[in-house]
Amino acid sequence: MSRLAAFGRFWWEFVIGDDWLVAVLVAAGIGATAALAAAGVTAWWLLPLAVLFVLWLSLRRAIRSA
Amino acid sequence: MSTGNAFLVLSAFLASGVEFVEALTIVLAAGLARGWRSSLAGLGAATVVLAVVVAALGPALTVIPLQALRLVVGALLLVFGLQWLRKAILRASGYKALHDEDAIFARELAEAHGAARVERAGVDWYGFTLAFKGVLLEGLEVVFIVLTFGSAQGSIPLAAAGAAGALVLVAGVGIAVRAPLARVPENAMKFAVGVMLTTFGIFWSAEGAGAHWPGADASLLGVLGFVVLSSILLVRLLRRERRARFRAAEVRA
Repeated sequence: MSRLAAFGRFWWEFVIGDDWLVAVLVAAGIGATAALAAAGVTAWWLLPLAVLFVLWLSLRRAIRSA
Repeated sequence: MSTGNAFLVLSAFLASGVEFVEALTIVLAAGLARGWRSSLAGLGAATVVLAVVVAALGPALTVIPLQALRLVVGALLLVFGLQWLRKAILRASGYKALHDEDAIFARELAEAHGAARVERAGVDWYGFTLAFKGVLLEGLEVVFIVLTFGSAQGSIPLAAAGAAGALVLVAGVGIAVRAPLARVPENAMKFAVGVMLTTFGIFWSAEGAGAHWPGADASLLGVLGFVVLSSILLVRLLRRERRARFRAAEVRA
């Protein structure tokens, strides 16, 4: 079990890293893009803006916790 | 070569190059402190494991429908790329210490010299596991980048060629100088890799989600420009903020 937990922790740290909020907000941004696209609205512009917001937020969190 | 494919080769080259430089530092430290036999055995064993991972995952990725693949790969790259970019911006703005390959080498070397000698199957176990773990962990990042970039762009061989070019260059220089490649502009390369991963992540995950980019593959240049400019802007803002904090602290003192 501890090996399984270590394996899961490795992949979590490898992909998600030290700020889980980035993954959550990226998923939300992609979901919103999919919803716009499905509704027939031009959606390509949304993700770059969402990423800029996520990056700024994550930087602020990193600086605060430093 | 199309814009997408040129980016693919360049991104795989840069990202793999950074990982190979880090792996080289660990292999050198293990080799110099514990003997080349154990270090090279660790390097070889890790290479075999990585080859198995590539052989197992590579063909599997090519049978997944492209749009679903781009959605998943794009999301993963975006999360992964934002980690790199955040660290690179924090380093460039002075909030995080710069990556120093010489210091890492000195630390690894001191730890390797201090560890007890235990021989298993004729090799020094500490040197073997140090090299094995280092190459496996750095190599997994290379495998992840080559397979995800290659499969989403429809050409794993092109991504592999970019990584192979970086391997030949880093290994060649490493064998020639037998010292950590401290002169490689690793921090700048990490910044570039963060930008590339984030750019591809935005592009593919939006496409996978059903959005259509104006100008198709050519819009990668636009996304790249947006990510570069945003990153530079954030570095400048954070640098200014950090200087203002220092000045305020000085005034208080």
